[in-house]
Amino acid sequence: MASVSLRSVHKKFGPITVLQSIDLDIEDGEFVVLVGPSGCGKSTLLRSIAGLETINGGEIHIGERQVNHVAPKDRDIAMVFQSYALYPHMDVRRNMGFSLNLRKSPTRMVVERVSAASTKLGLNSLLDRLPKQLSGGQRQRVAMGRAIVRNPQVFLFDEPLSNLDAKLRATMRTEIKALHQSLKTTAIYVTHDQVEAMTMANRIVVMSDGVIQQVGAPLELYDRPANIFVAGFIGSPTMNFFDAVIDGKQAGLADGSLLALPASAAVTEGQKVVIGIRPEHLHFTDTGIPGTVVVVEPLGMSTQVTLDAARERVTLLALERPVLAPGDRKHLTARPQDIHVFDRASGLRVN
Amino acid sequence: MPGQSRFQRIAGTIGVYGAIACYVVFALLPIYWTIKISVTPQDLLYSEGIRLWPSRMTLANYASVLEATDFPRYFLNSIIVSVATAVIVTAVASFAGYALSRFRFRGKALVSLVLLLTQTFPLVMVIPPIYRIMGQLGLTDNLYGLIIIYTAFNIAFATFLMQSFLDGVPKDLEEAAMIDGCTRFEALRRVILPLTLPGMGATVAFVFTAAWSELLFGLMLINSESQKTFSVGLLTFVGKFAVDWGQMMAASVLALIPVCLFFLFLQRYLVTGLTAGAVKG
Amino acid sequence: MTAIAEDIGSLQRQADRRRFLEPWLYLSPALILIFTVLIVPLVIGISYSFRKFSAFRSEYVGLGQYRAMLSDTVLHGALVNTLWWTVASLALQFFFGLGLALLLNRPFIGQRIVQGLVFLPWAVPIFLTGLTWSWLFNPVIGPLPHVFHAIGLQAEPVTILADPATAMWGPIIANVWFGIPFFAITLLAARKSIPSELYEAAAIDGASPWQQFTKVTLPFLAPTIAITVMLRTVWIATFADLIYVMTAGGPAGSTNTIATYIYVSAFKSLDKGYASAIAVLLLVLLIAYALIVIQMRRALLRDA
Ligand SMILES: Nc1ncnc2c1ncn2[C@@H]1O[C@H](COP(=O)(O)OP(=O)(O)OP(=O)(O)O)[C@@H](O)[C@H]1O
Ligand SMILES: [Mg+2]
Repeated sequence: MASVSLRSVHKKFGPITVLQSIDLDIEDGEFVVLVGPSGCGKSTLLRSIAGLETINGGEIHIGERQVNHVAPKDRDIAMVFQSYALYPHMDVRRNMGFSLNLRKSPTRMVVERVSAASTKLGLNSLLDRLPKQLSGGQRQRVAMGRAIVRNPQVFLFDEPLSNLDAKLRATMRTEIKALHQSLKTTAIYVTHDQVEAMTMANRIVVMSDGVIQQVGAPLELYDRPANIFVAGFIGSPTMNFFDAVIDGKQAGLADGSLLALPASAAVTEGQKVVIGIRPEHLHFTDTGIPGTVVVVEPLGMSTQVTLDAARERVTLLALERPVLAPGDRKHLTARPQDIHVFDRASGLRVN
Repeated sequence: MPGQSRFQRIAGTIGVYGAIACYVVFALLPIYWTIKISVTPQDLLYSEGIRLWPSRMTLANYASVLEATDFPRYFLNSIIVSVATAVIVTAVASFAGYALSRFRFRGKALVSLVLLLTQTFPLVMVIPPIYRIMGQLGLTDNLYGLIIIYTAFNIAFATFLMQSFLDGVPKDLEEAAMIDGCTRFEALRRVILPLTLPGMGATVAFVFTAAWSELLFGLMLINSESQKTFSVGLLTFVGKFAVDWGQMMAASVLALIPVCLFFLFLQRYLVTGLTAGAVKG
Repeated sequence: MTAIAEDIGSLQRQADRRRFLEPWLYLSPALILIFTVLIVPLVIGISYSFRKFSAFRSEYVGLGQYRAMLSDTVLHGALVNTLWWTVASLALQFFFGLGLALLLNRPFIGQRIVQGLVFLPWAVPIFLTGLTWSWLFNPVIGPLPHVFHAIGLQAEPVTILADPATAMWGPIIANVWFGIPFFAITLLAARKSIPSELYEAAAIDGASPWQQFTKVTLPFLAPTIAITVMLRTVWIATFADLIYVMTAGGPAGSTNTIATYIYVSAFKSLDKGYASAIAVLLLVLLIAYALIVIQMRRALLRDA
């Protein structure tokens, strides 16, 4: 087990900069999740840590060691690929034992480690099968098994669950989390999936265009996003945004209606801002921002209402079951402490 | 398919089977005829020249080819040359194909283009210079010279074949192996090569067949009886002696056996291999 | 601190060098062989084309050999023969190969066996192909002249290889026989890679089988066709073995192609210089042709 730290890591593919000056410290035993839109450089960052890509600048440390020029095999890491990358010509047992055999570990130890891992993952009855004789979920488990047999310093996961169906994904998510709690190995996990990120991570790293936007615990990112990008990226359905201009202690929206701001907002009179309100924090009231109901979607536990208000398309999530029809005119409001204020020019949070 | 009348369907089926039957006859006729003459006794050769099968059969032609001629020697020479060429080419082409499949580097497009253009070299153009060079190196009139030339001539196509097979092996696998503790070379040996064995089989078969068939270089470089390959032996046999049809056909059938065996055995891989190679170019 | 920085710098350079050299390392055996056995002789061959060789000496003649080519009527005949031999062989191989591929694409009884059998000609060594076909055309031991006579193609059952008017058909037929499997194999595999949904969609849109063929099959096969046709063209044009075995260019030069002519003039008349000059001509024609086809294929792939 080891910490991982990145110091202004830089990576280019030809003329295109894919990672710009990435700084990140991951503590020993932490489970860090990398999220970001497609193409933002998550896989590239992970592969750079693995040594599969050579970085163009900066430093990568695993534990005490600077590993910029260390071959992947000597970095003492294990990686689970999105495609699983199981060796098609080896059965499950040999797939899992491959790395130990390469290291010339004693046969007894290989057998013990493989059987311990396969017991943990419920693979005992599959040990003699080839990868092509396994289901998607079973392959995923073998890929996990191959990683934990190593007992590496760091686990790297690149969207390991994205090829599974929703139900299996939920199960595996819990299992990986449980596995991490028992092994306590540092893990870096790339995903597209909001829920995976929120539920599994000790800390989430949000990336965009090769730049880290924010690093923090899941709820911290949810409650206090550092900028508009993170606010819009984390949370589903996504946060509602309104362009507004500061008017005393209030914000004037595009349709002229006023919204009370949180006391913490550091704004100046006339400043152009963006107001963010999460769907579950919007409520129907008698006065407030007027809006017209467009769609009503009952989800069972909650009801999702789409409205047009203040020249925006707005989503509201109501726990009660409002009786509404498209075309109904309603008024919306939110408590000041639930309102996020961002500077419109810089995109940064100002409360 | 729905929407077609019964008559159309039946006519279509008959047409398909008819066309296939015609081609099978066309494809097999020469081979069949060679076999037929090889088992026809000498005295019936002309009188039953156009019968489909002779009224009597004999294996005497085979016996005399094996006992009274140099063909067993030619046969052995051809085996040596073809096997050696096939093995060397496949090994060299595997590495070259690996470089083209797995690395991005400056000059790669140029290398591919040069390889492709070597396919357009008229063989006849390089024959005189090669003859001189080989002569100076003492490689005329022996099998090594043939092996070297055949190897060089088959490398380009074999490299394209191997490249396309290697392209079919996901890059993830070798990266996983490198993380698991392999050097790049070990990953190649333990993971990539085992997965491309069918491709290598196809390449071996292709090169073996090509080397076994080659005639002009053999004719030009080889003079002494003891070094002749099968093709050269057979052709000089045609020229030198009053033609003994039966013996020649028997020798031809013998020459067909190894390639056909190879071919039938590897046919499945050959189809994918050739296609991949051709499609990629 | 600086020592470490330098150390890292040199490590970086080492890694860069390794990354740069590695592919060339893997390529080197192939490139060395091709260079020494193909490129060097090719260059020497080109230099021969500026010289005149006689039994014991050679002299520099500049473009003399090329000028001689202009007035060489045999060469002009050979050029025409080459064109005829290449186009006829290629067209027949291609159309029958395509037809065979489409036939084999649908399941039928005995498909596996038939597939094995029809590809067999490709495995037959070329010199054997040549010999076997000339025997088949031989009226004494072969059936074909009698068949041709019976169906009225020939007045007398004689070999077509002896008549200048028909001799070229002998090697062409043998070449077609030998080359059909190549096209059939490559086109069959390319045809199999066309997703069947495309045909279903076309059928639902009301395309007739012929329209499906021209609108779906052909466009999809086009890149494969371009590259296989190119390789084959080059190969057939430079291919002397079959003709050499069957007719040796005769009778009366009627089957003399450039490839056989070079072979004959290089080894019979001893003037390697003239043979080389002709070979350069052929090479230039073929490379130009290859580059055009490669360019066309690029365009095809871009459009697709
Ligand atoms: N080998 C490569 N050569 C050139 N560009 C590349 C290469 N690999 C990745 N890129 C580019 O680098 C950028 C980042 O790619 P990366 O795979 O890291 O994205 P990602 O965040 O993992 O996306 P996804 O979520 O879709 O997997 C992309 O714009 C991609 O096009
Ligand atoms: Mg990715």
